[in-house]
Amino acid sequence: MADQSAGNSGKMVKAWTEFMGWMDERFPLTETFEYHMSKYYAPKNFNFWYYFGVLSMVVLVIQLLTGIWLTMKYSPATAFASVEYIMRDVEYGWLLRYLHSTGASAFFVVVYLHMFRGMMYGSYRKPRELLWIIGMAIFAVLIIEGFAGYLLPWGNMSFWAGQVIVSLVGAIPVIGPDLMEWVRGDFLMSDITLNRFFALHVIALPLILVMLVFVHIVALHHVGSNNPDGVEIKKHKDENGIPLDGIQFHPYYTIGHDLPAIALFLIFFCAVVFFAPEMGGYFIEKPNFEAANPLKTPEHIAPVWYYTPFYAMLRAATFPLFGIPAKFWGFVVMAGAIVIPFALPWLDRSPVKSIRYKGVLSKFMLGLFVVTFFVLGYLGTIAPSPVATLIAQIGTAIYFAYFVLMPWYTRVEKTKPVPDRITVSH
Amino acid sequence: MSSSDPVNSSQESSQTSTPDSEPGPASIDKTGFNKQRRYFLIGATSVVGGVGVIGAAIPFVASWQPSAKARALGAPITIDISKLQPGEMLGPVPAWRGQPVFVIYRKQEAIEILEQERNDLADPNSENTEMQPGYAQNPWRSKRPEIGVYVGLCTHLGCSPKFHGEVVPEPFDPNWQGGFFCPCHGSRFDMAGRVFRGVPAPDNLPVPPYQFLSDSVIQVGVDEETA
Repeated sequence: MADQSAGNSGKMVKAWTEFMGWMDERFPLTETFEYHMSKYYAPKNFNFWYYFGVLSMVVLVIQLLTGIWLTMKYSPATAFASVEYIMRDVEYGWLLRYLHSTGASAFFVVVYLHMFRGMMYGSYRKPRELLWIIGMAIFAVLIIEGFAGYLLPWGNMSFWAGQVIVSLVGAIPVIGPDLMEWVRGDFLMSDITLNRFFALHVIALPLILVMLVFVHIVALHHVGSNNPDGVEIKKHKDENGIPLDGIQFHPYYTIGHDLPAIALFLIFFCAVVFFAPEMGGYFIEKPNFEAANPLKTPEHIAPVWYYTPFYAMLRAATFPLFGIPAKFWGFVVMAGAIVIPFALPWLDRSPVKSIRYKGVLSKFMLGLFVVTFFVLGYLGTIAPSPVATLIAQIGTAIYFAYFVLMPWYTRVEKTKPVPDRITVSH
Repeated sequence: MSSSDPVNSSQESSQTSTPDSEPGPASIDKTGFNKQRRYFLIGATSVVGGVGVIGAAIPFVASWQPSAKARALGAPITIDISKLQPGEMLGPVPAWRGQPVFVIYRKQEAIEILEQERNDLADPNSENTEMQPGYAQNPWRSKRPEIGVYVGLCTHLGCSPKFHGEVVPEPFDPNWQGGFFCPCHGSRFDMAGRVFRGVPAPDNLPVPPYQFLSDSVIQVGVDEETA
C-alpha cells in the first residue's frame, strides 16, 4: 500500500518535471518565475509603506474585472439610464458598480501612499530614475482614465466637470478653441464626446496602463527595490552573489508580507463598498444622481476628492500675467503640478536617499508638502471665496517651492551618516 | 556560421554593384559596406515611411472633428421674447448649438448703470472683437439697449453663470449692481456680460450672431451680415 502510493507520487513528480522541462524548452517559465519571484531578492527591512505597490496591482485587477463586467451592461447611448439599469435591474449590478466606483477612489489612495513612500525614502534616486518616471507616467494616465470614467454615468456633475476640464484645453493660446472642439467632437459636451471618452476609458487607456505597469515592474526588478534606509543591498553579497540583506520575494514577501495586507485591505475596501459607497458625496457626488443637463450648472462644481488638490491650484490662478489671461495660467499651474514631480530624481541633490538620514530642512519641507497637499485637497472641494483663494495661492506656492527649492535645501542641510548595511530594529 | 552569412552576402552584393554605381573610395568602409548608399536608403525609407504614417494618421485625427450630424444641429434657432418682462431673464433658457443663450430684458436703471464710466471691468469697451459682432460693441453690448443676448457660458471654464439682475448686496459682492455670477469659480459679469477685473474669467460673455425677426422674435445663430 505505502509502496504503491510512493510509486504514484514518484510518477506524478516525474510527469510534472517532464512537463516543466517541455515548457522551459519553449518558454522561459521557470526562469521568469525565479527572476521575478523566488530568486528576486528584496531588502529584508520593508515596512508598512511597502504594501501600497502590491495593493495598487490588486486594485488594478479589481478595476479591470468589474470594468469588463460593467461594459457588458453599460451603453453610452443611454448612459444615465443604463447606469440606473445596472444599479436596479441587473443581478448584482449595484455591487459591480460600487466595486468599480470605490475602486477608483481606492486606486488613488494606494497610489498616493505609494508615491509618498517613494518621496520619503528617495526611491526615485539613481539608479531608479526611470522607475520613478514610469510610475509618474502611470499616475498621469490614471488621472485621464479616472476623468474619462467619471464622465460615463453622464450625471449633471459628470457633464459639468467634463465641460470644465475639456475647457482647460481651450485656454491654450491660438489653437485652444479649435483644439477644444476637436476634443469634444462637437460645439459642446455631447453624446459624441461621451462616446469617445467611453472608448478611451475601456480600451485605449487601460491598455496603456497595463503596459506601463508591466514596464514599471520590469524596471523595478532590474534595478532592485529601494528600502527605508535607502542603501543598496547589492553592495554586500555572499559567495553566491546573493545580497546579504536580501530575502527571496517569494515566499517571504508574497505569502508572509503581502497576502495578509491584501486581506486587511479588502476588509476595509468591502466595508466602504457595502456601507458607504458614496462616502457622503465624496466618492459619488450628489449632483450626479441627476441626469446631465447642458442648460443647468450645479450650484457648486467640485471634482472627485482625488483631483481636488490640483483643482485648487487651477482655481488659484486669478490674475493675468505677462498679458496672458489668468485662465491659461490656471491650466499651466495645474499641468505643471503634475509634470514637475517627473523631475524629482534630478532635483534631489542630497548625498543620502532616505528621509531617515536627511537633515531638518528636508523633513520640514516634506511635512509641509504633505500638509499643503491636504489643505489644497480640502480647498478644492469647497466653493470659492477670497480667503480660500488666498490660502490656495499660498498652498500652490508651497507645492512648487517643495520641488523648485529642493536642489538648494537638500545640499545645504546637514545629513546623518548612512549605515553601510540596512538596519532592522526587530 | 549563420551570423557571418549576411556579411558575406552583403559583401558580394556591394562588390557586384560597385562597377555600376562607382562610389567614391570614402563611401566604402573596411568591411566592404557602401555606407553612403546604405544611409541614403535608410533615410529614404524613413522619410517615405514617415509620410505614410502621417497620411494614415489623418483619418484617425480627422474623425474626432464634429460630424455632419453635429454640425447640422448647430443651425440657427428662433426665440420668442414676447413674454419677457423688464428685469428678467428668459427661462427656460433656450439652447443654440447646445449652449445656453441668455436673453435679458434690462430695466432703464440697469441701462443707465451700463453707460457709466467704469474702471472695475476688464474690457469695458468691448475691445476684444472676437467676443461680439460689431453691432454689439457698445456699452450695453446688444442691438437694442434693453434686450441683451449672450452665450451663457463662463469664458473661464464654461460653467453657466447665474443671473442676479437686481441691484442688491450679494454674498459675493456687497456692492452688486446686477449681472451674472458664476458659482463654479466666482467670476462676475455685469448686466452687459462684461467681466470684472480680478476674477478667473478672462473675457466678456460672448454675444452670438442674432437678429430681430420682429419685435418679439429673435433668431440666434445668424444675422443680417451672415445670412
